[in-house]
Amino acid sequence: MPEIFSEGFFPKINLQEGTNWATDFVRDVIIPRLPEAVAGHFPMELGTVLVMLAFAGIFVAVVPLLPLVLVLAERKVAARFQNRTGPMRVGPWGTLQTLADGIKLIFKEDYIPPQGDKLLFLLAPYIIFACSFAVFAAIPFGDGIPIPSDFNIGIFYIMAISSVIVMGVIMAGWSSNSKWSLLGSLRSAAQIVSYEIPLGLSILTVVMLVESLGMRDIVNSQSGGIFTWLIFRTPFTFIAFFIFFISSIAEVNRTPFDLPEAESEIVAGFHTEYSGMRFALFFIAEYANMFAVSAIGVTLFLGGWQGVLPGYDFLGGFPGFVIKTLGLVFMMMWLRWTLPRLRVDQLMNLCWKYFIPISFFNILGTGIWGLIFEKDDVWSIGISCAIIYVGLIGAYTVAGRNLVRKPEPQPS
Amino acid sequence: MKPEEIYKTLADKFGESILGFDTELAGDPIIQIVPSAIADVCQYLAETDTLAFDSLMCLSGVDLGAKEEELSVVYHLYAMQHRHSVVLKTSMPKTDAHLPSVSHIWKTADWHERETYDLYGILFEGHTDLRRILLPDDWEGYPLRKDYKEPDFYRGMRVPY
Amino acid sequence: METTQQTESKIIELKPFTDEMVVNMGPQHPSTHGVLRLELRLDGEVVREAIPHIGYLHRCFEKHSENLSYPQIIPFTDRMDYVAAMNQNWGFCLAVEKLMAADESKDFAIPERAEYLRVLICELNRIASHLLSFGTYGMDIGAFTPFLYAFRDRERLLLLFEKICGARLTYNYIRIGGVSEIIPMEPGSIDEQNYLDEIESFLDYFEPKIDEYNDLLTSNSIFSERTMGVAVMSAEMALSYGATGPNIRGSGVDWDLRRDEPYSIYDRFDFDVPVAKDIPELGAVVGDCWSRYKVRMDEMKESVRIVRQILAEGLPDGPVMADLKAVRPPKGEIYFRSEAPRGELGFYIVSDGTPKPVRLKGRSPCFSALSALQELSRGLMVADIIAIIGSIDIVMGEVDR
Repeated sequence: MPEIFSEGFFPKINLQEGTNWATDFVRDVIIPRLPEAVAGHFPMELGTVLVMLAFAGIFVAVVPLLPLVLVLAERKVAARFQNRTGPMRVGPWGTLQTLADGIKLIFKEDYIPPQGDKLLFLLAPYIIFACSFAVFAAIPFGDGIPIPSDFNIGIFYIMAISSVIVMGVIMAGWSSNSKWSLLGSLRSAAQIVSYEIPLGLSILTVVMLVESLGMRDIVNSQSGGIFTWLIFRTPFTFIAFFIFFISSIAEVNRTPFDLPEAESEIVAGFHTEYSGMRFALFFIAEYANMFAVSAIGVTLFLGGWQGVLPGYDFLGGFPGFVIKTLGLVFMMMWLRWTLPRLRVDQLMNLCWKYFIPISFFNILGTGIWGLIFEKDDVWSIGISCAIIYVGLIGAYTVAGRNLVRKPEPQPS
Repeated sequence: MKPEEIYKTLADKFGESILGFDTELAGDPIIQIVPSAIADVCQYLAETDTLAFDSLMCLSGVDLGAKEEELSVVYHLYAMQHRHSVVLKTSMPKTDAHLPSVSHIWKTADWHERETYDLYGILFEGHTDLRRILLPDDWEGYPLRKDYKEPDFYRGMRVPY
Repeated sequence: METTQQTESKIIELKPFTDEMVVNMGPQHPSTHGVLRLELRLDGEVVREAIPHIGYLHRCFEKHSENLSYPQIIPFTDRMDYVAAMNQNWGFCLAVEKLMAADESKDFAIPERAEYLRVLICELNRIASHLLSFGTYGMDIGAFTPFLYAFRDRERLLLLFEKICGARLTYNYIRIGGVSEIIPMEPGSIDEQNYLDEIESFLDYFEPKIDEYNDLLTSNSIFSERTMGVAVMSAEMALSYGATGPNIRGSGVDWDLRRDEPYSIYDRFDFDVPVAKDIPELGAVVGDCWSRYKVRMDEMKESVRIVRQILAEGLPDGPVMADLKAVRPPKGEIYFRSEAPRGELGFYIVSDGTPKPVRLKGRSPCFSALSALQELSRGLMVADIIAIIGSIDIVMGEVDR
């Protein structure tokens, strides 16, 4: 593991001291490097603001590049699944295709439906875009990498911000003055609001075990190698991980839950009437969202930046975090290009009749588990892994046969 | 049953409404029927157990040309159970083209009668929803009649080109 | 007694429905399979009524035909069901040939080699058509990948058609009295052997693929949830609406013109007719969308069987065209139906003994099947409408003619 990520490139900051990481950064890093004549008179407040702006600038500049890569990845992954090559013309192996598409979208006509609500129509993409990027502020990318704002309520903040996206979706659907958009936005609102419940409940199981809402605390509690990752800590978090993952697919509107933008039913859903750069904003936000929920999943259940073995950096640090996140993103792409789409009532059934009761059961179970095992040790984790193993075997033998529905050939 | 037997059965039952039985021409033999009796005949054909014509294969209008001044409607019926078929034909003057609908007997007739109305201008009495189906609602005339002259313009667009 | 009734009638009327929203689905819509327009009256997601409006692809086939000679009409039949154009050619030629055969003064027989070629090509065309139906149905339900798999295989079939008639979509291959010989293929020549070998290798490749597609889509649990038990068309309803082909077999009626009224040389081949059955352990009901879809998947296998039998026998020697001086059927009229991939394709021809028909009506299977949509879709959801349209497998070129 190159040291640059943990030591040299991003200066290590002691986050426990002081009240504000940016003030600390100015005091510990910047002032010692200034000429002595200036250093004594350097205004702390100005420095703090400048440092904050600089970090925000890095995020705003770097994070939008993510969707560029992810869109290309999605197209290449889809191409592999479908026996084709995907984009090959622009740049080597089509690597610049998304850039070309982006440039095309920027120069396209920005059409605003004359009968629609103009203000809301203009505002909606920005709300969605801003919210999906604001989530990145609380994601801990690595041990040495300072989180721009490391709140003690990190996961709560993420939940809150990602709920605002619904507002943008409804605004987009309503203001377009198109029936398809309206249908799509209402579907989306219903879906996101419903799936936030199992999502929040499965996050709650983690919060109960860690006893903190801070993202950094959650990661730090998983430092003992793969078996201390929260997914294996109790059988209930194991279930919670899958509920979280499936609900987050629904949150970001991807197949099999892509009803809000089901192109074969309601054309393109809430962004039917959008064109040009505004459409691109929706598009970028969708992929940023996808990355964000995967990153949250990794942080909560898969150890964050912690490696597989304690003390070793394998699948740890910043690269490890990104690899794990991209793994989840790949799973989402895999599902998208394999599965058909659910119907609205089936979608709601899945959420309200299965996920929410199971989530409540999980919370109950996690609480009881916490009472039985006061401290995570070899015994508790061993028992947990054994239960998970037995449960998987049992599920495969009992339910697996029914899940694989293989109709017998029909004799005439 | 052979078409001759069906013709005999129908002739016994409906008497003068059955006009004749054409066998001279090439192709399937045809039972000629008075237009006003067509719904009753079809009802009988569909509901009698020995006949049981449960499917209407085709319903088409025919205009044999300006000389004969006649429009016809031809019904091709088939019975899945007995595997026999029959052709009914009914003719009416162009100026007063109307006959009872059979859409309540076979739902196939619903759209086929609309199509025949659309292209030939034959009115099917008792049809619940007799509108144009293939042509625009404001199209004038009935294009498959032999004396049809296409309009020069349709909504400002030149038609013959 | 009366007073109680009066008080009861004064009870506030229960209004479970909210305001209706009228939505136009089509003519430009990704999954109405062409230019179908559905006027949907929606109560939220629930469809209270779906009224189909057709005619956006009306190209006056019947009016054109009255002004053309019989051989000139064949290219127009290509444009009816452009997905299975070979079968459309054949249906029309069969009707004309039947009418001509009624004239006893001239005798002509369709050469054996032409009959074999017709069955061979039309069964391959049926596979191509069902593949398209399978692919687009997957896409309607939301799975994009089967679509590309289907098109990959269909591409090989189109190349085969291109090799025998020079066209990929509108073939104009089957002619009255035989088949076209635009690309000569001498009996017993190396060209013929290569062509048959190519078909053989395609079948060897394709047959296991059908099972793969069944694994991928047919047995997928989301797909079965979406299609099983949705829009059940009973056998009576299917008969009454004139649904034919895979649609009526999907409703459990064991009926196939190739077997029950064999035309051409279908009586020489051994094949089964797949008919839908109730599969309670899966939830499939006879007549639902899944059954109609499954019948098509099974039919592809039967078509492969028929083609294999032809390949085993080999094409007979002889000419591919009957010795016809002119196509001039006698005075009379005929209705002849054949089993196209989408169902019973009938042609009603009225001839007055001239080279042009007086009246030609194409009885298209999709036209009749589509008329059932309004009744099938009542009370279902928007997503189900798409599932129904895909499962009755319409081609708008044939509906509108």
